[in-house]
Amino acid sequence: MIVEIGHFALVLALGAALAQTVVPFWGARVGDNGLMEVGRNAALIQLALIAIAFAALVNAHLTSDFSVLNVAENSHSAVPAIYKISGVWGNHEGSMLLWVLILAIFGALVALFGRALPRSLRADALAVQGLISVAFLAFILLTSNPFERLAPAPFEGRDLNPILQDPGLAVHPPLLYLGYVGFSIVYSFAAAALIEGRIDAAWARFVRPFTLVAWSFLTLGIAAGSFWAYYTLGWGGFWFWDPVENASLMPWLAGTAFLHSVAVMEKRDALKIWTIFLAILAFSFSLLGTFLVRSGVLTSVHAFASDPRRGVFILAILALFIFGSFALFAWRAPMLKQGGLFAPISREGALIVNNLLLTTSCATVLLGTLYPLALEQLTGEKITVGAPFFNLTCGALLLTACFVAPFGFSLAWKRGDLFGVIQRLSLAIIVGAVTAVVGAAWLSSGSLFAPLAIGLAIFIIVGTLIEVVMRARRPGVAPGVALKRALGLPLSLYGAALAHLGLGVTLLGLAGLGFGAETIATLHRGAPERVGPYSITLDSVGERVGPNYKEAVTSMTVRSGERVVAEIAPARRQFAARQMTTTQAGLATLNFGQVYVAIADPTPDGAVPARLYWKPLVTLIWFGAGCMAFGGALSLADRRLRFGAAARAKVVAGSLARPAQ
Amino acid sequence: MIMRVIHFAILTIVALAAAPAAAVQPDEMMKDPTLEARARTLSEELRCLVCQNQSIDDSDAPLARDIRILIRQRIASGESNDAVRAYLVSRYGDFILLKPPFKPETVLLWLSPALVLGAGLAAAQFARRRAPRSTPALSAEEEARLAALTGGDRAGS
Repeated sequence: MIVEIGHFALVLALGAALAQTVVPFWGARVGDNGLMEVGRNAALIQLALIAIAFAALVNAHLTSDFSVLNVAENSHSAVPAIYKISGVWGNHEGSMLLWVLILAIFGALVALFGRALPRSLRADALAVQGLISVAFLAFILLTSNPFERLAPAPFEGRDLNPILQDPGLAVHPPLLYLGYVGFSIVYSFAAAALIEGRIDAAWARFVRPFTLVAWSFLTLGIAAGSFWAYYTLGWGGFWFWDPVENASLMPWLAGTAFLHSVAVMEKRDALKIWTIFLAILAFSFSLLGTFLVRSGVLTSVHAFASDPRRGVFILAILALFIFGSFALFAWRAPMLKQGGLFAPISREGALIVNNLLLTTSCATVLLGTLYPLALEQLTGEKITVGAPFFNLTCGALLLTACFVAPFGFSLAWKRGDLFGVIQRLSLAIIVGAVTAVVGAAWLSSGSLFAPLAIGLAIFIIVGTLIEVVMRARRPGVAPGVALKRALGLPLSLYGAALAHLGLGVTLLGLAGLGFGAETIATLHRGAPERVGPYSITLDSVGERVGPNYKEAVTSMTVRSGERVVAEIAPARRQFAARQMTTTQAGLATLNFGQVYVAIADPTPDGAVPARLYWKPLVTLIWFGAGCMAFGGALSLADRRLRFGAAARAKVVAGSLARPAQ
Repeated sequence: MIMRVIHFAILTIVALAAAPAAAVQPDEMMKDPTLEARARTLSEELRCLVCQNQSIDDSDAPLARDIRILIRQRIASGESNDAVRAYLVSRYGDFILLKPPFKPETVLLWLSPALVLGAGLAAAQFARRRAPRSTPALSAEEEARLAALTGGDRAGS
């Protein structure tokens, strides 16, 4: 019964989304305030209905109602409760439902907090948002219904894929979707601005918080996914340039470019057309990512062709929103008025360079991901575009972008003094260069990446800190006054600084991998094996039974010299329901690095074949990503830049400003 | 000697065919560390043919293990890395290379970063040229409005 209510709520939500699309759009055309207001209510009602549907599905999973196909295929009565809940989005149908739920949440946020916006702009944006909802709700109801019943109901479910039985699944997809879908708001407002034919700094100011939220969540989502892959796949890699990863990286790159260009637009009223272009691009890549992951086209073109219903439907959605918005862009963008002049050497100029590098790497990722598919379709020839290609091309582009970052952060708006900035950053440049040289000497052989990256990381970190200090401290100012000035600096500045620091920290973590060590050996009880500065001893091998698996678990001691620094318990888990084995890596965090041990099945005589790694600084990769996301949150908390605050200030200043209008 | 080790390894695999494999195993490794290092470098450049986007160095698949052992056999018999790579390409096609070779079919792929960046720079230059050189001076009317707003103390700023 509850399941049918969920299904019915989803159908009603489609109705609400349709109303949200048509009525406010019509209202904005004829200038009817009442009709425009319908969009607000429709967005809120839509959220309530989708929330009911989602709750119904969660309930079906929690109670292990195997008469629901989705539950029977993706759950098991013995799965721990947390994986019963996260299993809701651990499959196609449920993850699409989560997608539209988050879409509706963002729509409702616009409805609730968009009061200060021009009425017609808000109405148009809600209409576009509604149209996205219509498309995806129709997709779910017609091709991917999570509420489909199964008769007769099986006695037991087929279990959740063991790799997905991990806290990672509870965190990674929701974060990622908050990011993906968050860009839908930016897209809707870009489309609305194009429909209205007008765009200004107020637009940028309203879009800014949504951009920051989406970007921060996307950053966290990607980081969570990479950490999950790192500890779960068993060979210590954290980024594989897998098409599915690329699908999440592309919106991040486009979104990062957008974040920077929207800042230019907000502060300087420049780069309007480019900003709109990036707004459309960021969400287009989110849609493309959804298509690539959900249609199965990546696994094999043939799998796609054998069950094309879903793939073709998403492809149609993709075509509608991408071509539709770019057509609108081509038609309307030339009418937007450009403003804000600047010299090439200026913060705006540096941000353009940043944008070019980010969008080029985005295009490279796109081409690298789709090229093999296209080539196979056109010529029948199969090639692979793997990590070495992306490391070379995107690596070069992104490292260059990293190099530009401190300069951009230190340059003044409008007309900058490059020589002055170089002088200002001279300490950072010297320290960075020395670090790179020392790093290269230390490694003596191997690739250039590690020393280059470590030098660049230090340059970014020191350069960013210098800039923050210099903003607060002027020559001849007493320390107390400088401290006061530092406290008075806007939060958005600290946010940007923290994000750049995070970038440096992540880069430091990546560079650290070049300084690591690896040992592949069969461990015998009591015989220590060296990896990097540590030695690892196998103490015991045992069996353990979990709720829905049994595992061979080992216990090992990590020593530095004679001193015991950590105990780890790498294991191999066997899941009976799906006949699958997973590797539980043994991890010990030592300073910022990690000892990482992955084992194969123990031999009958109790020896354990294992891969041992020492990965110095590796945790900094994710710590840096956390800093970036937190930087976004800090910037979001800047009261001065909140849309409502600005609007209230305008009301006060209104009497003064009036004559000028 | 090395051949014997590898031979033994192959026998072991046959014997343990049912046991699940994992990424590079101790029993596969060559005794000579320089040769083993060469084998590792090579296997990081080659794709596991049955899994998605994994090198044979990282892959658990039995086929990946077979190719890892094949590589070591060929290196042990004195072949250069290039020769082993060429042999594998002749057998499995370019598909096995994680880094696509530079040839007519992949020109567009390899040049795309430069092309996109170049197009972007050109577009930026074009936009700059089209933009007015300097801010037009205020009209008399605007000057008057400004004076009214600032109360006439504009000289201070």
